[in-house]
Amino acid sequence: MSVLKEDLVRLIDNPVGLRRRKIKNKFFHGLLFLCTIFGVVVLAFLLYDILKKGLPWLSVDFIKNFPSRFPKKSGIYPALLGSLMLILLTTVIAFPVGVGTAVYLEEYAGNNKFTEFIKLNIANLAGVPSIIYGMLGLAVFVRALGMGRSILAGSFTMALLVLPIIIISSQEAIRSVPGILKQASYALGTTKWQTVTGVILPYAIPGILTGTILSVSRALGEAAPLIVVGALSYVSFAPSSVMDSFTTLPIQIFNWASMPKKDFQNVAAAGIIVLLIILLAVNSIAIILRDKYQIRMKD
Amino acid sequence: MNKILFESKSKMQKNERVINKTLTILGMVSIFTTIGIILSLTEETIQFFRSVSIIEFFTSRKWTPMFEPANYGVLPLVMGTFLIVIFSSIISIPIGLGSAIYLSEYAPKKVRKILKPVLEILAGIPSIVYGYFALTSITPLIRSIFPSASVFNALSAGIAVGIMTIPMVSSLSEDAMMAVPDSLRLGAYALGSTKFEVSTKIVVPAAFSGIAASFILSISRAIGETMIVAMAAGSTPKLTLNPLESIQTMTGYIVQISLGDVPAGSIGYKTIFAVGTLLFAITLILNIISRNIVKKYRRAY
Amino acid sequence: METKIRVENLNFYYGNNRALTNINMEIYRNKITAFIGPSGCGKSTFLRTINRMNEFIENTRVEGKVLIDDEDIYSKKVDPVELRRRVGMVFQRPNPFPKTIYENIVYGLKKNGVKNKEVLDEVVDTTLKSVALYEEVKDKIHKSALELSGGQQQRLCIARAIAMQPDVILFDEPTSALDPISTMKIEELLLELKNDYTIIIVTHSMQQAARISDYTAFFLNGELIEIDETNKIFSNPRDKRTEDYITGRFG
Repeated sequence: MSVLKEDLVRLIDNPVGLRRRKIKNKFFHGLLFLCTIFGVVVLAFLLYDILKKGLPWLSVDFIKNFPSRFPKKSGIYPALLGSLMLILLTTVIAFPVGVGTAVYLEEYAGNNKFTEFIKLNIANLAGVPSIIYGMLGLAVFVRALGMGRSILAGSFTMALLVLPIIIISSQEAIRSVPGILKQASYALGTTKWQTVTGVILPYAIPGILTGTILSVSRALGEAAPLIVVGALSYVSFAPSSVMDSFTTLPIQIFNWASMPKKDFQNVAAAGIIVLLIILLAVNSIAIILRDKYQIRMKD
Repeated sequence: MNKILFESKSKMQKNERVINKTLTILGMVSIFTTIGIILSLTEETIQFFRSVSIIEFFTSRKWTPMFEPANYGVLPLVMGTFLIVIFSSIISIPIGLGSAIYLSEYAPKKVRKILKPVLEILAGIPSIVYGYFALTSITPLIRSIFPSASVFNALSAGIAVGIMTIPMVSSLSEDAMMAVPDSLRLGAYALGSTKFEVSTKIVVPAAFSGIAASFILSISRAIGETMIVAMAAGSTPKLTLNPLESIQTMTGYIVQISLGDVPAGSIGYKTIFAVGTLLFAITLILNIISRNIVKKYRRAY
Repeated sequence: METKIRVENLNFYYGNNRALTNINMEIYRNKITAFIGPSGCGKSTFLRTINRMNEFIENTRVEGKVLIDDEDIYSKKVDPVELRRRVGMVFQRPNPFPKTIYENIVYGLKKNGVKNKEVLDEVVDTTLKSVALYEEVKDKIHKSALELSGGQQQRLCIARAIAMQPDVILFDEPTSALDPISTMKIEELLLELKNDYTIIIVTHSMQQAARISDYTAFFLNGELIEIDETNKIFSNPRDKRTEDYITGRFG
């Protein structure tokens, strides 16, 4: 027995083996760090590249002008307006439906097969490629409901696309409301809806807002479904009503990037800068709103 | 004080009933959406298969619906999509998994706090920006290494899609690894294991179902990705495995047709719905598989 | 002595598990009745059958009757929402809403259609006074209730319940999360409140029951073992099990 034990100790204490294992660990550590930093480097390079190409082209005229055959005269005004109108309308449509669905699923729906089915369905919808929503929009809103290739049709399409995001994040926010607060409300003789509006939604609003902003960001950056719905890539007028045809920032950028003239690549970069600035602004607003409504509970 | 008047009971109950009905209808919107997708896709697809045989659709090796002689073989588009999936996975799976292991097992809290938001920013960048990046930065780089590469090629688009899906693999895998209880790690450390051994032999196997699900979801995402491939991969449907050639994916085809003026009822209009149905079916199946993996192999700790 | 609540043959089930067995008791107007017993004995479950708060737990069922002023609260005619206006409740942990002190007190009134600002202001003043919180918070009634100490929060929760002008107030271990001084203040408050309300309190502390209650009910394994005047329960219980419990042999 004692011989065997000594052998084992020698094997375990083997300094060469231990050193090798340690080196392996160090190497792996470095490799993993590189993987993680890869994203950072790409992001930095991407932003640098776009700023370098686009900044010289960014000007007040670029914001105010309409697209043109000449890179120097090209502007982003109709696309900017189209994007803003689109996300506004999309939010107006998707927000009440999304939050309402979340309230329904968390507070009203029974614990049954049908509720499970709705939840499963929402999870599936969240994974459907965005271009498929475009085809739905084309068949239903543009053609069947006769909205044409309008901002309205685009907004309904986008609203359905972002609905799962709003529903799922609102559900999580509603689930985080402490049970004791709900009980306190019910114990004061309130109905379900009164408890929803009096306690649950005020408490859940930061989480709901975060999800909504995520969905607005998504709607701002999406191009594929709108191309299918029939947004134009060249718009020489500013949309004035929701029934007008339209373009958006990503579609305009796509259009410029596919032009053969080299300068249009830089115009596209300038457009990307505008798009990223709006995304940044939207997300900052979200963070400010969230912090403002954040409720800190004392234990 | 005692004269406080409460609202009548019947009015409140009536309100409550109306609200209940309204919310139920809102809850149904998601179901109507699914029904809408399936109906709008299948209606035109059935029309399509009235004029084109299913056998031709799945076996013909040429996709030239807009030219004479028209060929309706979807394989080239599927192959194009497949190439994108391969190259995006080569990027996103190892790098995403690596960064997930780093963030979950190695990174000090401070580093994590900085790196996580950066990955989130990466996830929030619109795909059109990655498309631009592929076209103006990745493609020139590829062409300087492989001069034979075409201006539009699958490799460039695949890499960009891969970069875009890194955060998805990373955050989902990290979630799965974070769910592995510390007691398992501590047990291994107590036996004298290094961090590398704990990560690869304990944590990753224990979190395997979540990690696998993240891979499948990223593949499904790559299949559905549209703008990057529309910008950088080209628009020539081709049955090739050469990533340096111009190809076309299923999504790329739908965009190409949508950009032109395709009258409803024309064969071009019907083809995008046929391709869309296939796309929808493939991604749906992948999403269901990934969910089932998580469900089936979820370990009870 | 007037009977306020009469419980007849009450059984309560979680799924197939019977949590309360054949409870019969009378609770008198303007008295404090304490429920004691080891944890899991069903005293809290029973308390919640009196304002039907148990209905929020799925898969539960009640048999028997709970009569308040001779009206069965489980009859079809009774709306649980309306019932809870008449039967207030204070919970184990202070649970003020993340709103101002003012908004906490008027919450139930506003939700029930009371909009007149003068009435609301008056209610806030009088209820704060009646829970002896007025002097402490009069300068900050429009500040967040979460800034109050635990004991103050619990008194605010009592004020919130009183604002609904209930007849009965249920207290579910209201001092278990509080320090001794806050506990004493709440106990003093309860002794004053009984002049206007019928009070039922579940408590984990036998001393507390002995200090403040007029009647004490002892529960064990979902059964009511005995209920009597508090001094009788603590000095001369009829049942051996009650005696074992109050002398500390178990529980």
